[in-house]
Amino acid sequence: MSNMKEMSGEQIRKKYLRDGMLPTIFCNGCGHGLSIDYVLWAIEELELDIDKVSFASGIGCSSRIPGYMNADGLHTTHGRALAFATGLKAAIPDNDVIVFTGDGDCTGIGGNHFIHAARRNIDMTVILLNNYIYGMTGGQLAPTAPKNSIATTAPYGNIEQAFNISELAVALGAAYVARWPISYPYQPIKSIKEGIQKKGFSLIELMSPCPTAFGRRNKLGNIEKLWDWYDNNSILVEEHDRIMDFGTDEEKAKIAGKYKIGVFQDLDKPGFIAEYGKLVDRVTAADDAKYRGDLK
Amino acid sequence: MRKGDNLIDILEDWCKGCEICIKRCPVQALELSTELNKRGVYPPKLKENNECTFCRLCELLCPDFVISVTREEVKEVDEPKSKLIIGGVCNDI
Repeated sequence: MSNMKEMSGEQIRKKYLRDGMLPTIFCNGCGHGLSIDYVLWAIEELELDIDKVSFASGIGCSSRIPGYMNADGLHTTHGRALAFATGLKAAIPDNDVIVFTGDGDCTGIGGNHFIHAARRNIDMTVILLNNYIYGMTGGQLAPTAPKNSIATTAPYGNIEQAFNISELAVALGAAYVARWPISYPYQPIKSIKEGIQKKGFSLIELMSPCPTAFGRRNKLGNIEKLWDWYDNNSILVEEHDRIMDFGTDEEKAKIAGKYKIGVFQDLDKPGFIAEYGKLVDRVTAADDAKYRGDLK
Repeated sequence: MRKGDNLIDILEDWCKGCEICIKRCPVQALELSTELNKRGVYPPKLKENNECTFCRLCELLCPDFVISVTREEVKEVDEPKSKLIIGGVCNDI
């Protein structure tokens, strides 16, 4: 495995990104650009051939990312990135499929595709960039928006419960589920590496700041303030569980409403492609046994 | 600047001015430049007194691929091998 210290950021950029597309279209202070960086470091450290990696995305800010990669990409219709990626994986099982998707794309419009891709345990890595708002269309309320947050379509505050994507994926039995704020570099890179290596569905939810649509409306317009908000509003899942089991009431009140971060699920089970291969072998063996006499 | 120092290459014109690199640097090695770039923001630059510890956090946390941290290559100076000092007199041969 190559050592991270050996390559500079410039070398990574020249190796994997389309030079004419840069700099990125993202707003000042947006975290989405970092996810490109983390995925590239993960690919570099795993020494994957970039021609054997395909990217897919739907519609939204996050879905522009495959356009920057110097690799095969699929920019699809709204919410259907996972459906297209399923087809891509089934057609070329040797390729690693990485899906970039946003919270609106994956859970708002494409919620059912997400549920069924996780349930069927299809071998792909989903990088879900969660910014808690519909950023590209002008700040409408997303299903993941925290309670009492302000959006264009919720000017007096959000009264609905927020969608907890990672815990849904855990319940559906996805092979690998992790959530990290984008401001910590090393943990997401490690999680993306593990997710790519994992057979089966792996979800890496990255909490990405959106200063333009989310921050400005929620009194977090200052970029530093918004980035700190993510650090101060998250708690490691192990720490959370320890406090819930043994902590005092004060500690419990302190962590209420904070986002749990960390690796939620890490299972070893066969993915969809492996199961499908077994099925094909079983049926063809039965067929061969049945018709062997006739054919000879 | 000493030889072998850590250098930070900055593509000034790609910087959008979020200043995350300056705020997240653990040793405060960066500061705002005094010249505007093409976008009309002040990009970061290394302070005159170079305190960079090569942690590469700014490079990893820059959303726009602006920063690249490298080490300056140390060129070994060929010193003359026999430099005899006898009785305070230096003989260069």
